[in-house]
Amino acid sequence: MSGERLARLLARLRQRLGREGAETPPAPPPGPIPARAQVAGEARVALFMRMARAVGSEVERVAGLEEVASAVLRYLRFHNLPKRLVVAPDPLLQAAGFERLALVEVRYGTAGADDPVGVTVADAGVAETGTLVLASSPERPTMLAYLPETSIVLLPRARLDGSYEESWQRIRERFGTPPRSVNFITGPSRTADIGLRLTMGAHGPKRLLILLVDRLEHP
Amino acid sequence: MEVASLAFHQAARRALADAELQRALARLRQNFQSRRAQAVAALPEFEALRRAGEAIRDHVLQHLDHYLERFVERAQAAGAKVHIAATAGEARRLVLELLQAHGVRRVTKSKSMVAEEVALAEALEAAGIRRVETDLGEYIIQLANEPPSHLIGPAVHMTEERIARLFAAAHGEPEEHDPKRLVAQARRVLRQAYLEAEAGITGANFLVAETGSVITVTNEGNAELTQGLPPLHIVVTSIEKLVPTMEHAFTLLRLLARSATGQEFATYTTVLTGPRRADDRDGPEAMHIVLVDNGRSAMLGSRLQPMLRCIRCSACMNHCPVYLAVGGHAYGWTYVGPMGAVLTPALAGIDRTYPLPEASTFCGRCADVCPVRIPLPDLMRVWREEAFRRRLAPLHQRAGLRLWAWLARHPRLYRRLFGLGVRLLAALGGRRRRLRRLPLAGGWTRARDLPAPEGPTFLASLERRR
Amino acid sequence: MSRGRVGLFATCLVDLWRPSVGFAALELLERAGYVVEVPRAQTCCGQPAYNSGDAADAAELARRTIALFEPFDWVVAPSGSCAGMLRVHYPRLLAADPAWAERARTFAGKVHELVSFLVRVAGVERLEGQLRRRVAYHDSCSGLRELGIREEPRQLLCSLEGLELVELPGRDECCGFGGTFCVKYPEISARMVDDKAAEVEASGAELLLAGDLGCLLNIAGRLRRRGSRVDVRHVAEVLAGRLEAPPIGGEGA
Repeated sequence: MSGERLARLLARLRQRLGREGAETPPAPPPGPIPARAQVAGEARVALFMRMARAVGSEVERVAGLEEVASAVLRYLRFHNLPKRLVVAPDPLLQAAGFERLALVEVRYGTAGADDPVGVTVADAGVAETGTLVLASSPERPTMLAYLPETSIVLLPRARLDGSYEESWQRIRERFGTPPRSVNFITGPSRTADIGLRLTMGAHGPKRLLILLVDRLEHP
Repeated sequence: MEVASLAFHQAARRALADAELQRALARLRQNFQSRRAQAVAALPEFEALRRAGEAIRDHVLQHLDHYLERFVERAQAAGAKVHIAATAGEARRLVLELLQAHGVRRVTKSKSMVAEEVALAEALEAAGIRRVETDLGEYIIQLANEPPSHLIGPAVHMTEERIARLFAAAHGEPEEHDPKRLVAQARRVLRQAYLEAEAGITGANFLVAETGSVITVTNEGNAELTQGLPPLHIVVTSIEKLVPTMEHAFTLLRLLARSATGQEFATYTTVLTGPRRADDRDGPEAMHIVLVDNGRSAMLGSRLQPMLRCIRCSACMNHCPVYLAVGGHAYGWTYVGPMGAVLTPALAGIDRTYPLPEASTFCGRCADVCPVRIPLPDLMRVWREEAFRRRLAPLHQRAGLRLWAWLARHPRLYRRLFGLGVRLLAALGGRRRRLRRLPLAGGWTRARDLPAPEGPTFLASLERRR
Repeated sequence: MSRGRVGLFATCLVDLWRPSVGFAALELLERAGYVVEVPRAQTCCGQPAYNSGDAADAAELARRTIALFEPFDWVVAPSGSCAGMLRVHYPRLLAADPAWAERARTFAGKVHELVSFLVRVAGVERLEGQLRRRVAYHDSCSGLRELGIREEPRQLLCSLEGLELVELPGRDECCGFGGTFCVKYPEISARMVDDKAAEVEASGAELLLAGDLGCLLNIAGRLRRRGSRVDVRHVAEVLAGRLEAPPIGGEGA
């Protein structure tokens, strides 16, 4: 950019604010984290599931990675979805055994326009509002959760937080500076732009399945 | 977009007589108010969040130079390019130059009120660049060739029937009335547009100084597809949207969703920091951020500075009896309702917009629901003072007012004159004690009777009794 | 024994249009044990000028009113709108005037709207009297939002024997009066008051009350035009039990 334009703007702002050479005091504290979000253990899991379902997500709890592939297959059958998965090239998902599913086509990579079902894994979950937190990386491309009509996201139980702030702290610790895209996803895509009637699947997924995995070590 | 706010009065009259618009507005009123009320009731911390939100925004505005400088430095460190546009014209020029430098002929665009404000759409059209709006509401009004009428529901003034007709004509398919099928149609058309676009243009809800990040909020997921698929992403936003850290952003995001749609959190909140990284498999190769001033810096340090706290939630218009009576188009420019009545004069000039700050009973509901506690009626009054100073209102209004004020300072004359006047009106009211018609009071009596005064004034009767 | 001297700021609408409200206010305040005076030189609080952007004229009227009323222990007005002007806006209007800023603040501390004064300051919890009617109470915007008056009028009304209070669904919505608004934007104002009148009719109330004469003239005018049966009065008339004057705008159809 032209540094000159920025310099001109900054000078103008300082003049308007009467701040020539003034120090900036520390920012005021953020607002309170709702008490509702400050729960742990099973109460946190229960809150997450309740809030996620309230916004139209489906949540299934599974014990470990070994149950993931069969849960996905059950879901495809239940909704009568095409048996074609595009899966994040994440070592964890690569070890989930999707290839062993009969008659299911599996591809690893990011989603294309015609992929019906995307599978990826969340970096965190927020119980406060049933929100998933997905950070972009070579192993977890963002479009997996946006292009396909059906989005399936694994959420390891150990990464379920109470509030957005805790999840962001997790991102901070893990990445330092944030990755390109951190997506907070709270339910499937929706719109009320036609007659204020809520309709799902505006551009992004029509349905969102969250697989909450109890035992899952993920780096 | 031309500023048409001087015609507010005529536009309002037309709007009141437009049955379809009135149906849409009645539905809007029902929907948004109860949803917000429910969401607020479900969060005991809401009031504390409002106060914190106000303090955060005030702090940022008071030190905007600092946060802006920091944001630019961090965003560029993350690989984004930041551009400053002092005026609407500069903003249009910058975006066009970027698109032309990348050889772009087709763009998708998600919602950006700043892009509306600087009339980017017209500039793209003039340059022969095909633009497809991807927010469903914006897509609808693009088909209808109309401006938005609401901050977050740009097509909220349209009924399903009208949208059905528009879609049938544009998509060459039979008319379809089920919202689900209409959405599916738009999804198909827009899918194609996403894939063909050579650049995506989005707005920003917040800019994070600590990380140089841009935050977008949608329910449809269109911002992510708009910026995530094409090789070039351009953010068009304004200089006041800064927050110090993500933690501050979360406070405002909690307020935003509840105030806007009554949701606990918007469906998609995305934090973008720079373009695609070396090994990423998706995301744009280049990210440009255009920061528009266009009159905002002049509001800093003035009595209007609190208006810059606004986070564009639309709660003020959703609760405004004037907006709910006439809709957004009557306001004659990009920003509508109470926030528009304060912001539009600041950005477009009071001379061209003075009817807007007049269009309020000062009932105060807007300020009551504002998530960052902007005293909207007080700020409208600031504009009324400016309009009075510039003698913008019709002469008879100003003269009548000053005469009243003069009389009020001369109690004996005031008493004699008005004492006579009310006795006359009382006589005219007769046994029914009301007047159906009165010269010079047509504005009142067209819609309602004028209850007659009792006769003698209170002070006169009191004197007689004591 | 007197509890103090109250200056009654009658407001121009009560003075000119409905003296009954002034007498009702006098009676309520005297019954509560105050010595009430009504300074003769009072006129208008300046709100029309203030809200029309004429700050200089408004400030001039503010200084007049303050000088006239500051000797009293309390200043009471039978209007949320005018009391709000004196209490909330005078200090702002005169904040930059070194000779008056402090005076305006001290003065503002003495100002109350009538019904909230009775409950909050005079400690009136209930009133003797009876009225066998179904009543709706309209909250004026300034009373409700500037002065936080919500429960006080309802509490006193409900203490009257036989009175049945019904709530309007849009009870925090403006009636469309808005001072000069109703003549500057008559069509929008008409829409708003029509919505309000329709709600009043649908509520089943036989009598509509409010604490502000501006709202009352507006709603009564629209109810009469609609041919409605609902009567309209200022809340003070009912609380004081003074119903000898006909309702505002005459009887309901």
